[in-house]
Amino acid sequence: MLRRLQLSLNKEQIKYLAILSRMDIQDSEIKDVVDKLSRIVEFVDQLQAVSTEGTEPMAHPLEQGQRLRIDKVTEDNQREKIQLNANETNNGMYLVPKVID
Amino acid sequence: MNSNWEIVIGLEIHAQLATKSKIFSGASTAYGGEPNTQACLVDLGYPGTLPVLNQQAIEMAIRFGLAVDAEISSRSVFARKNYFYPDLPKGYQISQLDLPIVVGGNMSILDGDGNEKIIGITRAHLEEDAGKSVHEGLDGLSGIDLNRAGTPLLEIVSEPEMSSAREAVAYMRKIHSIVRYLEISDGNMQEGSFRCDANVSIKRFDQKELGTRAELKNLNSFKFIEKAINHEVMRQIEIIEDGGEVKQETRLYDSDLDETRPMRSKEEANDYRYFPDPDLLPVIIDETYIAYIKKTLPELPNAKQQRFIETYNLKVSDAQILTTTKQLADFYEAVEKIANTESQISANWVIGDYTAALNRDDLEIKDAKLSAADLAGLLNKIADQTISGKIAKEVFEAMWDGEGSAEEIIESKGLVQITDDSEIETIIDQVIENNPSQLAEYLSGKDRLFGFFVGQVMKETKGKANPQKVNEILKNKLT
Amino acid sequence: MIIKEIQNMTLCALKQGMKDKDFTSLEITEVLLSRINGLGATLNAFITVTAEQAIKEAKDADKLIATGKDKPLLGLPIAHKDLFCTDGVLTSCASKMLHNFIPPYDASVVKNLKASGAIMLGKTNMDEFAMGSSNETSYYGPVKNPWNLDLSPGGSSGGSATAVAACLVPAATGTDTGGSIRQPAALTGITGIKPTYGRVSRFGMIAFASSLDQGGVFTRSVEDAALLLGEMAGFDENDSTSVDVPVPDYLGGINQPVKGLKIGLVRQHFDAGLDDDNAIAVKEALDVLKDQGAVIIDIDLPNIELSVPTYYVVASAECSSNLSRYDGVRFGYRAENYKDLNEFYCKTRGEGFGAEVKRRIMTGTYVLSAGYYDAYYLKAQKVRQLISQDFKKAFEKVDLIAGPTTPSPAFSLGAKMDDPIEMYLNDIYTIGANLAGLPGMSIPCGFVNGLPVGLQLVGKHFGEESLLQCGHHYQQATDWHLQIPEQFK
Repeated sequence: MLRRLQLSLNKEQIKYLAILSRMDIQDSEIKDVVDKLSRIVEFVDQLQAVSTEGTEPMAHPLEQGQRLRIDKVTEDNQREKIQLNANETNNGMYLVPKVID
Repeated sequence: MNSNWEIVIGLEIHAQLATKSKIFSGASTAYGGEPNTQACLVDLGYPGTLPVLNQQAIEMAIRFGLAVDAEISSRSVFARKNYFYPDLPKGYQISQLDLPIVVGGNMSILDGDGNEKIIGITRAHLEEDAGKSVHEGLDGLSGIDLNRAGTPLLEIVSEPEMSSAREAVAYMRKIHSIVRYLEISDGNMQEGSFRCDANVSIKRFDQKELGTRAELKNLNSFKFIEKAINHEVMRQIEIIEDGGEVKQETRLYDSDLDETRPMRSKEEANDYRYFPDPDLLPVIIDETYIAYIKKTLPELPNAKQQRFIETYNLKVSDAQILTTTKQLADFYEAVEKIANTESQISANWVIGDYTAALNRDDLEIKDAKLSAADLAGLLNKIADQTISGKIAKEVFEAMWDGEGSAEEIIESKGLVQITDDSEIETIIDQVIENNPSQLAEYLSGKDRLFGFFVGQVMKETKGKANPQKVNEILKNKLT
Repeated sequence: MIIKEIQNMTLCALKQGMKDKDFTSLEITEVLLSRINGLGATLNAFITVTAEQAIKEAKDADKLIATGKDKPLLGLPIAHKDLFCTDGVLTSCASKMLHNFIPPYDASVVKNLKASGAIMLGKTNMDEFAMGSSNETSYYGPVKNPWNLDLSPGGSSGGSATAVAACLVPAATGTDTGGSIRQPAALTGITGIKPTYGRVSRFGMIAFASSLDQGGVFTRSVEDAALLLGEMAGFDENDSTSVDVPVPDYLGGINQPVKGLKIGLVRQHFDAGLDDDNAIAVKEALDVLKDQGAVIIDIDLPNIELSVPTYYVVASAECSSNLSRYDGVRFGYRAENYKDLNEFYCKTRGEGFGAEVKRRIMTGTYVLSAGYYDAYYLKAQKVRQLISQDFKKAFEKVDLIAGPTTPSPAFSLGAKMDDPIEMYLNDIYTIGANLAGLPGMSIPCGFVNGLPVGLQLVGKHFGEESLLQCGHHYQQATDWHLQIPEQFK
């Protein structure tokens, strides 16, 4: 059964997607984003018309199974080197605005 | 509890697997390291890094599945659960959704009336743990420690088939016991290697559909689980009886206030946008691998318990206690093998004095100074009448403190039992002579004074007289 | 040896030249560094030039050569696309988000090439996070096509392609997710190869779309590509999608004749979307191969037109998740003003990512979201299966598939920025190989109005040898690959 989907997105949907993906979209950008994203969605909608009855989804081009790694500690403490890239730390911890539970 | 209401509980248990390294990287999983000293680039979600699956995690999951009679998926897939949180470095958790490694299974518990009840297990899947955050002492900021990020977790989901807090605890204890038996998790709840969330709902007795459920989190002890669930049930009953509706939400249990409150961050519904992780391939598990693992499974609690009942003629309750942990069961069997006493006597000593001493000193069996051979040696001294059971307790304490073997202590403290009839007779005569008024009272009908005489004999002999002989000879003398 | 000759030489020629003691690695390196310095601003092909380190490595290489030691790439200079992690050297992915990111480790590709003796001259410009087909989305500004500075060199590996085409380096690494090596190779008149999925390790190759990304190379000859690919490829235990298949001697086997080679021509390729002149150039290229003994067979890839929408669903879904790690917590750009955690995330990511990246993340979020997953993502994965099956069937009849790499030659910078779909359709011939995980190569096969045209060859899984042999033979019978833009001769 083919579902009739919306052919374009609206501002509310774009705002929701921006929230889900934690990215600010400026008011000045919104119209352009709505327009471009709508066109993209319209474009990919052509897949709806394709018959895929009985076809398995393809997650990987490889037909092999996951390789297993021996349970061994192979990484040592590299905190100093790694945290050269950190923005703010305290006693080795990464600092962020307070997380409220 | 109001009998109009039926309680429906399902448990989600997260057991941290006791692998040496993380599920997808080679960093250490050891507890308690300095912040971020065990978080390698893969754990930190550094650009360009990729996950590689730890074989031991798979094996441990399979062991669990076999132990609960579940199906092991021949093909299982890892999926990404996408959400943003500072202790989740990649912005997604690698977990399993549609094709978990373990499907189905069951666990038997004793219900409220002491009858066996089978609780169904829906599934168990592998996933990676997140890091930890610290909220105090950082000037209004939070500190993120990612040492724990990437530690393998086995999430065990039960069917919603428990009908009381007690059943929930019983189930949780059983699972706790199994994972320790299988040595796949140390089950340490204080350190967070065994965590439980409970889904609780209520419904009227005759109601067909299930009620709205609340999810309780942060239940890190058996005691808290029972309290939290009971509290939650009461809360829900009150709401409905007041004409309200239970909200589907996540609630945190506060052990200080003994109450549950809604969790802020979970208020917005989260669309996790699960999809198969493209950096990992499907895990293919064949029959030969499963058979190989099956062979390495230890005897499980239920089977061991049954064997103890049959082989050693033990009471069900004793067999159950002795098989709570593999270590205790092994200890008991080691004692039983060497000791010449009846199995029940060995059992009594292990369940009683030995366990009491372990608990008192907060020791693990492997750290106690008294070995199974030592205890068996002591029991043999009772069996061959060298000492009485009462004296044995004194010897036990001395052995526990490392003062020597049973033989040595009995020797050095001169605790050998007096069993010589004539010796005992002499002492009895003396006691009777020294207590004429009690004798008179006894002879005139105060039967309970018999115990007084026994006590006096014991006092005289410093407890070393053989109690049976004393009883026998005294009886004769006093008639 | 005159400077001018060094800059135009291939890796193989340079290697021979050092062997013959015509020049040293240091001399080569200095020539190229000075060239990069002079032309840097004009082309904007480089984000970072590691001059000091390169000179040091060149000197070390010369010392080693003097002792008679040899390694396959000893003393040969290359550049890396700024998407490969390089220990201690900025790796920006051409994004503000990583403008200050210094990786503490080398990508496996970088490690392999270093171990083979190659010298890194710098990191090349690209489309931000590899998302684009024109190298116009870079935080560091667009790259110019050396054949015409008003035109785009293609993307996303535009910097690497331009650097090689303008003779700033003899070779450079790139990555190809939907055509990002082959398309720029075609638009700049050089050789570009994307290997079979799993052939080259993705560890340290900053992810865009995990099931499609592959690392590859740009060179000025197929021979060079064979040499470089042989050193890049190989099993890596750090990458679960890396395949444990031995790496053949690509260079050693390159002279295998093409007589009897069955080459498929896709009927669906030659339709209205393809520029007439491009079609002619491609057909002429096939005539050359026919002359060499290849047999051209018509084949069908009935679902090939669906490859672009399929790709955009799959790639955006995967990238939306892959880019969630960029949040300013542990590394990278962090916004300056925020009042709480939520604002921290939203501003950091809103300011750190460019418009195209944000669009793709939102598209990906959309196609994975509740209620849309089945209709878009799952559907696309099924169509991907159909497209793969088409290729499988085709490869029962032929050894290679040939056709145009792009629908038209290089386009103007800014020309396609208004309509994302128009930009996406640039990849219409290349995307299929990524979806099916097949190896693909583009080699120059002619000019249209003074601009290069590329011939694409696609092979079976792990069929790189066939591609290289066929391409090499073509280049022995033609000289398109020897052409250098006037301005950069």
